[in-house]
Amino acid sequence: MKKQQTGQPMNRVDGRLKVTGGAKYFADHQPADMQYAALVCSTISCGAIAGINATKALRAPGVVDVVSHLNAPPVPGYKKTTPGNKNGLQIFRDNRIYSNGQPVAIVVANTLERAVYAASLVEVQYNQETHYTNMEASMDKAFQNNRMKDYSRGEINAWQKAPVTHSAQYTIPLEVHNPMELAGIIAHWTTPDNLTLYAKTQGVKSVQETIQELFEIPEQNITVHSRFVGGAFGMALRVWPLEIATILAAKKIRKPVKLVITREQMFTLVGYRPNSSQKISMGATPDGKLTGITHEAVAITSPYEDFTEGIVAMTKFMYDCPNVNTRYQLVPLNMSTPIWMRGPGEATGSFALESAIDELSYKLKIDPLQLRILNHADTDPERNLPFSSKYLKEAYQIGAEKIGWSSRNPVPRSMQENGMLVGYGMSSGTFGAYRGKATVSAILKSDGTLTLQSAAADIGPGTATAMVQIAADVTGITPDKITFMLGESTFPYAPEQGGSATVSTVGSAVSDVCHALLKELANLAISQVPAFKQTTPELIIYEDGQLITADRQTKITHEALLQQQKLPEVKVTATSQGGDERKKYSMYSFSVHFAKVHVHPATGVVRIQHIVSVADAGAIVNTKTARSQMIGGVVGGIGMALTEEAILDHRFGRFINNNYADYHVPVNADTPPTDVYFVNKKDPHINPMGSKGLGEIALIGFAAAVSNAVFHATGIRVRDLPITPDKLLHIASTENATT
Amino acid sequence: MPQGNKPSSVPPKKDKQEARRDFLKQSSAVMALALAPPLVLKAAQHDEAIAAVFEKMPVSLEINGKKMQLSVEPRVTLLDLLREQLALTGTKKGCDHGQCGACTVHVNGQRINSCLTLAVMQEGKKITTIEGLSNGDQLHPVQEAFIRHDGFQCGYCTPGQIMSAVACLNEGHAGSPEQIREFMSGNICRCGAYDNIVNAIMDVKNGGQTA
Repeated sequence: MKKQQTGQPMNRVDGRLKVTGGAKYFADHQPADMQYAALVCSTISCGAIAGINATKALRAPGVVDVVSHLNAPPVPGYKKTTPGNKNGLQIFRDNRIYSNGQPVAIVVANTLERAVYAASLVEVQYNQETHYTNMEASMDKAFQNNRMKDYSRGEINAWQKAPVTHSAQYTIPLEVHNPMELAGIIAHWTTPDNLTLYAKTQGVKSVQETIQELFEIPEQNITVHSRFVGGAFGMALRVWPLEIATILAAKKIRKPVKLVITREQMFTLVGYRPNSSQKISMGATPDGKLTGITHEAVAITSPYEDFTEGIVAMTKFMYDCPNVNTRYQLVPLNMSTPIWMRGPGEATGSFALESAIDELSYKLKIDPLQLRILNHADTDPERNLPFSSKYLKEAYQIGAEKIGWSSRNPVPRSMQENGMLVGYGMSSGTFGAYRGKATVSAILKSDGTLTLQSAAADIGPGTATAMVQIAADVTGITPDKITFMLGESTFPYAPEQGGSATVSTVGSAVSDVCHALLKELANLAISQVPAFKQTTPELIIYEDGQLITADRQTKITHEALLQQQKLPEVKVTATSQGGDERKKYSMYSFSVHFAKVHVHPATGVVRIQHIVSVADAGAIVNTKTARSQMIGGVVGGIGMALTEEAILDHRFGRFINNNYADYHVPVNADTPPTDVYFVNKKDPHINPMGSKGLGEIALIGFAAAVSNAVFHATGIRVRDLPITPDKLLHIASTENATT
Repeated sequence: MPQGNKPSSVPPKKDKQEARRDFLKQSSAVMALALAPPLVLKAAQHDEAIAAVFEKMPVSLEINGKKMQLSVEPRVTLLDLLREQLALTGTKKGCDHGQCGACTVHVNGQRINSCLTLAVMQEGKKITTIEGLSNGDQLHPVQEAFIRHDGFQCGYCTPGQIMSAVACLNEGHAGSPEQIREFMSGNICRCGAYDNIVNAIMDVKNGGQTA
């Protein structure tokens, strides 16, 4: 019997490249005669450019050009839109300034140092106007667009009539993706209408599409390379103005240009998780049955785009509650446009919902885990459909057992350990399990190796590794003979890596193309090899790179089959997408997070001691890389819960902590031992592998688990992330209030 | 490569440009200072070579076992020299401010942030980058352990993490998971592979393999 490859903890296929420095990220490429760029960014937050004096910069050694709205080559695609119509930031189209840090010019020189220095010599004059960057002070500007209609089922605001109610406001500050790799691009116009890009992107095909629309050149003239991406977490899901600026500079000077932005520019040029304020109100019967939930959310966006995400999505279906209504509004500010940040809106929403459930549980005097089980939605109450699979109760059980939930004293501030206040908290998360459309080519060579190609991406989860495992299971070819190639726009179509859908979407196409390849080989054997004449493709056994007759009497290797027919290779391409199973089932992944925290009774410092995260994500393709995704989500969640907050000085509309020293992402010492468990049961409906998504649920809900644990430890409820010590400083004076 | 530095083990022969630099040098810095700044700039505009003469300094470094005689601007960081002029792109730039550790290399066996030092400050030093860690095709035990324990996701911080991990072991700071977490906290991993990184380092430590 062949060894099943999916479900194994296989090492990454590109691990060696990553540990030797051999993995080439966009900025590691160096086309001949490449020039270096640096951005000049706005120092005002609203207004217009009155003038740009580039004389000094142009005189500096090695400077090739200074490109701005005054002299940039035209972008043909801009003409399709009217300025000021929420078209996004059309870089260098005109002199308008919408936010601080907006690029106003790009300087190109023959060395990096010269470009950076020359950028400091560009003098920009502005006509400044009043800016708005404070959401709380700008609530009068809140609006809804047609993507964010109010939702309701049952009675609106039914919670008000319930015997036990809870209502509170939860706020989350602006958070920045901050992948380790700085954003940027290398742009090279090889001819006036042929463009080659080395990009940092979650989808080469979508880059190609955007460039095609803007520059109106044929798709095949745009080549996008993006084999390795140094993290993204959502920020590389679109083409940003800084990339268009570089492409324009390259067009003007007719040489390849590389731009790598600075860490501080990562806060203003490539999106962020918008700060938000959410009010959750809920009511229940005294025995803990939810009767109504109202969820109202407000988040920020830019003046030129309406960014929306699933902030209120989870509230609609997570619990079996007859009356639910939600409202979601945006406040446009003088800021750049946000973009989905890991877990995206659901991570934001789950902090409010899962904190509120916890708060309600104390009012009801019901264990918070028990309250969730009491209100478990067996079917999707939003769409009135069965779930394709849902093992949330199993996940609750695994997590509770592993963290030792039963030994928790439910009374807040009742537990101590080594002079520290001890708290246990838990929460749950969910995210849609999607499946899109993708195409994969399979090339079997006469040496027995199989190469698969698709324009998919890998921002870290280990796409190629999972695909090799899926292909190995279908074809019976051993993983060492299979290569999965991605990150090239010349490969067949795959969507962006986002929304936890790559294994589901691209994996299904890999499965399909491998089945098609086997059929091709079978037909070849049946028509050309006498011993196979009497069989059918379905009866043939495929093992170890061989075709074997059902009676196991005759075998032929792929090599022999191709060589016999003098075929250098067999190539098959297949496109795959789901059918109408989505109309019959609601498809979601679920996660459960348990946290044990220590809180210092005098300083309010929170240290997480132990984390148990459990995922119901269907069948796990690679237990090693899946675990890495889970612990990664947890680390992101620790940042969200305890440390991450981009702070604006509203007087200037400028960030004051736009670097890694002041914007605190968790470091190694901030992370406790993390135990990860998978329910690991196949979803029978979603795709051939039975795998749901994992990347988002790893983070969704986590921050609430920590804040719930902090409440249990201290009796202090923090509804305003992150939970920094200053918010717990009154800890000593509240000592007797809750115990 | 605009600045034309190529790794080599022998000092480059003096070409015309070198001779001119020597002449300018000998005719004293006084002359350079005496030149009015606009004149210097104008000269730069018209003659890139002269500007290069004023801007560059010789520096000799041993990088991954190879002795190199280089000519670099004093403002060039060791990180940018490695990446942009010597095509050693394994060392990564994550912040350029010594806050993330992605650019960690060894200088005379000690780990440093290569973005925080100018190349000319390392005159005569031995630099080891991620490209110089393995023994040919034979990976360093820490590299092997990172693969085994999946001590990365995107891989961008990995070269810095591995250079730091090797130093952490050599320094004797890998005594326990807690100590490793502390002494590896100068290397940020936004993908959050910390647990696996600690396990990889502990594995090498316990395997008794010298780092």
